[in-house]
Amino acid sequence: MRHAVVPGLVIAFWMLFASALHAYEIEGELRVGDPAADTQLRIISTTDIDLFEPLLAAFVDANPKIAIDYVVASSAEVMKAVQSGDRFDLALSSAMDLQTKLSNDGYTQPYSSAATDLVPDWGNWRDHLFAFSQETVTLVISPAAFEGLEIPQTRQDLIRLLRDHEDRFRGRIGTYDISQSGAGYLFATQDARASESYWRLSEVMGNLGTRFFCCTSEMIEKVATGEIAMAYNVLGSYAAARTDLAYGIRIVELQDYTIMMLRTAAILRDAPNPETAGLFIDHLIRAAWGPAELDYYPFPRFPAPEGAVSATRRPIRLGPGLLVYLDGLKRRAFLSEWRDAMRW
Amino acid sequence: MSRSAQVSGSIRRRLIGQLVLGSAVLAAVLVLLVINLARNVAQDTQDSILMASVTSILDTMTVRDGEISVDLPYAALSMLGNVSEDRVFYRILADGQLLTGYDDLPDPGEPGREGGYVTAPYAESEIRMATAERRLSVGGTPIMVTVSVAQTRQGLMQTLAQVSRIGGAVGVGFFVLAALLAVLTTQSGLRPLRDLAGAVSRRGPKDLRPVKGPVPQEMAPLVTSLNSFIDRLRYSLSRSEDFIAEAAHRVRTPLFTVRTQAEIALRRVERPENRAAIKEMIRALDESSRAAGQLLDHAMVTFRTDHLEKEQVRLVDLAEELVDRLRPVADLRDIGLSTQSTGNPVVQGDAVLIENALRNVLDNAIKYSATDGDVSMRIGQQGGQSFIEVRDHAGGFPEGALHRMTERFARGDNAGGTVGSGLGLTIGREVLEAHGGRLALENKGDGACVTLWFPAS
Repeated sequence: MRHAVVPGLVIAFWMLFASALHAYEIEGELRVGDPAADTQLRIISTTDIDLFEPLLAAFVDANPKIAIDYVVASSAEVMKAVQSGDRFDLALSSAMDLQTKLSNDGYTQPYSSAATDLVPDWGNWRDHLFAFSQETVTLVISPAAFEGLEIPQTRQDLIRLLRDHEDRFRGRIGTYDISQSGAGYLFATQDARASESYWRLSEVMGNLGTRFFCCTSEMIEKVATGEIAMAYNVLGSYAAARTDLAYGIRIVELQDYTIMMLRTAAILRDAPNPETAGLFIDHLIRAAWGPAELDYYPFPRFPAPEGAVSATRRPIRLGPGLLVYLDGLKRRAFLSEWRDAMRW
Repeated sequence: MSRSAQVSGSIRRRLIGQLVLGSAVLAAVLVLLVINLARNVAQDTQDSILMASVTSILDTMTVRDGEISVDLPYAALSMLGNVSEDRVFYRILADGQLLTGYDDLPDPGEPGREGGYVTAPYAESEIRMATAERRLSVGGTPIMVTVSVAQTRQGLMQTLAQVSRIGGAVGVGFFVLAALLAVLTTQSGLRPLRDLAGAVSRRGPKDLRPVKGPVPQEMAPLVTSLNSFIDRLRYSLSRSEDFIAEAAHRVRTPLFTVRTQAEIALRRVERPENRAAIKEMIRALDESSRAAGQLLDHAMVTFRTDHLEKEQVRLVDLAEELVDRLRPVADLRDIGLSTQSTGNPVVQGDAVLIENALRNVLDNAIKYSATDGDVSMRIGQQGGQSFIEVRDHAGGFPEGALHRMTERFARGDNAGGTVGSGLGLTIGREVLEAHGGRLALENKGDGACVTLWFPAS
């Protein structure tokens, strides 16, 4: 098979002057496919370019008349971009709550095809939102720091371990600054919902002078260097992708429960090319849920749990419940409680 | 002779039509009721979930440090997601000022103590909104907090569409079943009427007995009237036949006297035109007298067939006796009469009547034959039945009129100048039918062939 078009790469970092052009900030942009193609599919996404590029290239290979303009931004900026009225076709985001709000407030349009039937019920909201990845929220530890200690398997174990070895872990625990990170906020609220032990753990972590980070990569790097002993509520897929740090980290899925985050895709209401956007959704869904494992799919594939509730791995439920913690008063109350517990 | 009735509509069609129409109306009412009920139930369900959500939010509202605090419960919104995948909106007001939520939700009106519901367009869709209020005291000042939770109605509409489909199918099923039952009921309801019509129309032409079979109450007046009509008809028929017989008898005797006088007069008169006039007179007298005779015969046949006497009748003996008597008449016109027989069949019957029938048939044959003609008779048995066949060579019956030749006063188109009343073949038929046989008419060769068939004894 001949490549009709060599994907042209234009990666531009506009961090500084983006705000002058747009009402939102972008972190990167990638154009794939023939720049003169009939259809330009515009995607705004939170997923890093290097992770997603093979999947985009596969789509353009299969559809040579389509070119993709792939824009990366943080989840809050994705939300802003959509609300600002800039005309994107698709919004791909790991912020399930923000995606739900976009859809609930009418910024998305429904889509269904043979491929959308592959998505399990809990991964499809109103035929507007489609999950295309399952990623576990994990504990990442430095094996060196845990030398001589048993690796904790549950949050109870972790609490006991921290209490018993306060000196070893003081100032060496990391987690998201949830007032900065949308993902961290989502994981913390889901944690709080899932179990009372989250607040006990938070208090213990607060007592030990936990450090707060904006981003996953920074935490993982600090664990690998041994600067911190462990990072709590880190996306396992990101940690696993950092093969360069594999020597210094270990990913632990806690056995009492492990939250699973779903990346979701939605066709936007004002999409200039809704049919093409539908094709891309099909492409994403086949890669995520189809029977064949495709090498360009960047996320781990889990056997879809039948009983989503009983399993240890619990996918976050899409639905209006996610709107609750987006409420301004609720957020303020949660943050205040969290800061109290974390002694921040 | 039967005339078809003037038909206007059909009871069966009308009954079926009305019953089917009734079922259709009932089915439609049923479907509407079901859909309406489903709509109410679905709406009530949505309302109660919305109100549960509103209540759960109101329950978390407290006053803390002189400020109203809201702790939006996760379940308040997620419970709505469990029922349907509809969009969800909420708003919390304190004394009309927005605390949190969607500020542009529609006005809830006056929710009242129990809470209120409104349906309104919102966010390019239609929403159902539940609202409730509660009074909180903040530093001694009462503040009214108003909580509204709203949901789009797509799930409700889907449920309704599904219920409507099921309701429609049930309605159609009900209608088909009811229509089927309507047809069956009508058929069985009208059966007594059909039975009566069948019983009456199967009767022989002379059967004037009253209807005796049991009939349903509703048909009793009809049958009673029918029976009394039959009674009157029978009485009137017998009266008129008596009258005709009496009249014929009284006319015949004076006719005979007049004819005798006319013949005497003919001998005396010389002038040819006078002779012709008298001859014409005699011919007319013959015709009248013959008609009177046949009318008498017919009355006699009618009487005797009503009270049929049965004895052994030897057909050959009877026929030869009759030929002997008719030979002088035939000889007058040089007509040959021949009889041919195999055996001497015996039948059960009234000899006088059978002789009368055969005489009328032979009379006809002689009458229509040309001078020098030939009438032959054959007597025998075939398939257990005895028969007497009379053939002439006088041209036969007019084609197309065979079937009505035995009706009263019917005469062939070729009867022309022949003397006759049209009763001869009627008498023959009535006699044969009274004996359980039949009179067969056909054309064979250059003449008519009339066969008297008697049943096997």
